[in-house]
Amino acid sequence: MPDKGHKYGEGGESMIQKLEAKKMVITGDHAAAYAALLADVEVVAAYPITPQTLIVEDFATFVDDGITDAEFIMVESEHSAMSAVIGSEAAGARSFTATSSQGLALMHEMLPIASGLHLPIVMPVVNRTVAAPIGIWCEYNDMMPQRDTGWMQMYSEDNQEVLDMVIMGYKIAENHDVLLPIMMGLDAFILSHTVEPVEAPSSDEVADFLPPYKPIAVLDPDNPMAIGTFTPPEYIQELRYQTHRCMKNARKVIYDVTKEFASKFGRNYHGLIEEYETDDAEVILITMGTVTGTARDVVDAYRKQGKKVGLIKLRFFRPFPAEELRKALQNAEVIGVFDRAVSYGVGGPAWIDVKSALYGFDKPVLNFLAGIGGRDIVRGDVEKMFDIMLDAKNGKAKKEIVWINTRGVEE
Amino acid sequence: MNLNDLPEDEYFTSGHTACPGCVAPIIVRNMMKILGKNTVVYTPANCLLVFGGTYPYIAWKVPYFHEAFENTGSSISGAARAFKKKRKDVTVVGIAGDGGTYDIGIQALSGAAERNEDVIYVCYDNEAYMNTGIQRSGSTPYGASTTTTPPGKKIPGKLEHKKDMAEIMRAHEVPYVATMSVSHIADFLRKVEKAKKIKGFRYLHVFSPCPTGWRFDPSKSIEIARKAVDSGMWTLYEAEYGEIMDIYKPKKKIPVEEYIKGQGRFRHFTPEMIEELQKWVDKKWERLYGEKP
Ligand SMILES: Cc1ncc(C[n+]2csc(CCOP(=O)(O)OP(=O)(O)O)c2C)c(N)n1
Ligand code: SF4
Ligand SMILES: [Mg+2]
Repeated sequence: MPDKGHKYGEGGESMIQKLEAKKMVITGDHAAAYAALLADVEVVAAYPITPQTLIVEDFATFVDDGITDAEFIMVESEHSAMSAVIGSEAAGARSFTATSSQGLALMHEMLPIASGLHLPIVMPVVNRTVAAPIGIWCEYNDMMPQRDTGWMQMYSEDNQEVLDMVIMGYKIAENHDVLLPIMMGLDAFILSHTVEPVEAPSSDEVADFLPPYKPIAVLDPDNPMAIGTFTPPEYIQELRYQTHRCMKNARKVIYDVTKEFASKFGRNYHGLIEEYETDDAEVILITMGTVTGTARDVVDAYRKQGKKVGLIKLRFFRPFPAEELRKALQNAEVIGVFDRAVSYGVGGPAWIDVKSALYGFDKPVLNFLAGIGGRDIVRGDVEKMFDIMLDAKNGKAKKEIVWINTRGVEE
Repeated sequence: MNLNDLPEDEYFTSGHTACPGCVAPIIVRNMMKILGKNTVVYTPANCLLVFGGTYPYIAWKVPYFHEAFENTGSSISGAARAFKKKRKDVTVVGIAGDGGTYDIGIQALSGAAERNEDVIYVCYDNEAYMNTGIQRSGSTPYGASTTTTPPGKKIPGKLEHKKDMAEIMRAHEVPYVATMSVSHIADFLRKVEKAKKIKGFRYLHVFSPCPTGWRFDPSKSIEIARKAVDSGMWTLYEAEYGEIMDIYKPKKKIPVEEYIKGQGRFRHFTPEMIEELQKWVDKKWERLYGEKP
């Protein structure tokens, strides 16, 4: 039996006040901060940026109100936030930070260092436009470019998923077959600043689900070791392979953890992807984040009209669910991929990876670029995506990459 | 502590790969004897990172970690807070070069000092980016030749004077700031001992002659360090909460010309350049001692 997460190693003193299970109406940012509290994080280092600020402020309130005795380092930049949590995690403390957009870009140098040292840091990222021009609204151009830093990354649909994922995130990341950090995206303002009903488990339930962090390599004067040394070519390639293998291992662990979570808390996220009405679907749209909810409504309406449409919510982008997608999409005739980011001159990053996963499939894979820079995605936009896919099924595909609702660009 | 009382224990061992005559390992080895076993060390990118341990050969006998170059202040903050949270009594020390302190690392350093993190920050100052091949830093003295300030037909070396980093740290009013040199070993050891006992942010700035980058005979390292102090190019003092408590005054002040002699990086100096450097030293002297030299 693992000892409870909310106890000190030796003294057995409680680190957090007991929190009862409760239903709250809260923002996505508050859900993230509250989940970190429930996960009993020991060190937090963060720097404020809109629209992540509420996470930092909420956590500061928990500390100042004595709800937790976690150490909160109010660093002078995001680069330092990531540097500090790497240091604290290397010293064996469960650590937490959160950022967005420019802050994530500033952290970039430190991201492969966190994964290279196999430190299971958990970091909500409020997905926001990256400059230039400067904007604060939802876009995935902040997180997508971080996909090759060795971090797991996933995107949440609602505030409940945000809370649940921070808790599950530690369990996945700290698994000794994985030991990689994880960032979880939440849509700027649509989730970060919008209140929704969220069920929070009790601290005891979470402690039962999430045992204390057991590091393998740790800074300990009684067992000195060097972490992150200067390393010649004789060794680095194997280390890269190990990180690659950890990312692959994560797939099974994500399934196991979402399954265990479902059995304990009753909410099932089905691993890396979630399918909706895909069984007999002729066209399937792959979505990420909050647009999924709108797309579900459209699927329901189109199904009533007899149109065989379905959707797949891409929850995890790293590890990438290539096999799952091949299986789920084998009978679809047309596939569409929604992207809220663009790899300039190529297309949407999700589309690029989906296409490569479906290599050998002889069917159209369309790309819908929408909601970029925070532009609202309304129901009509999603209907348009399905309509274009249905047209394509009848051999009337005009374009492979479609910029939805973009002035001066034909759809 | 008396030199004779220095513990036999070694936490930074022989077998490291610093150049002969390098002062940096002398600093680290002696400092570690005092800081002892219960210490965790951080090194950013610099000569020490490389000569102190290239996997799998590590000279450190205490836990040691590295993340990046510009983040010593924040990396040690993170580790120190983790130990605080876990109620473990560990001395966390970051050892950065002048580049990692004066230039790219000044933001994280200033942040950690302002938060009064319970850590020791050490700057070993060899007055250039040595690890990348002797490029200028904010610490490089006026006129010195580096690979990015080569004395040319038009520009005779570095045009700017050395930035006064210790004074910037003193302005943070942290519990302890000390400037040191291994040429004055008793003073050096006393300051490390004192720093170890203080809680909160401690900044130790050690002068670190580099025979390779400064182009001098490696047997002369300590002599050059001493001349730096005697000429006023480097001043030994200590400050508590921003106030200077003790300052060492050389018995006989020597001209800078005597200090720069024998260092290849100053070989191209004209009498005018020597005069410019002397003026800078004299001004600093007046500011620190409150009297004309
Ligand atoms: C972000 C970043 N920029 C540049 C470098 C390259 N770099 C490594 S060490 C170094 C110079 C170190 O100089 P200093 O701190 O004075 O230490 P020294 O090598 O002189 O002992 C530089 C520029 C780096 N590692 N990281
Ligand atoms: S280059 Fe200078 S500082 Fe670096 S190891 Fe050699 S002597 Fe020491
Ligand atoms: Mg240097």
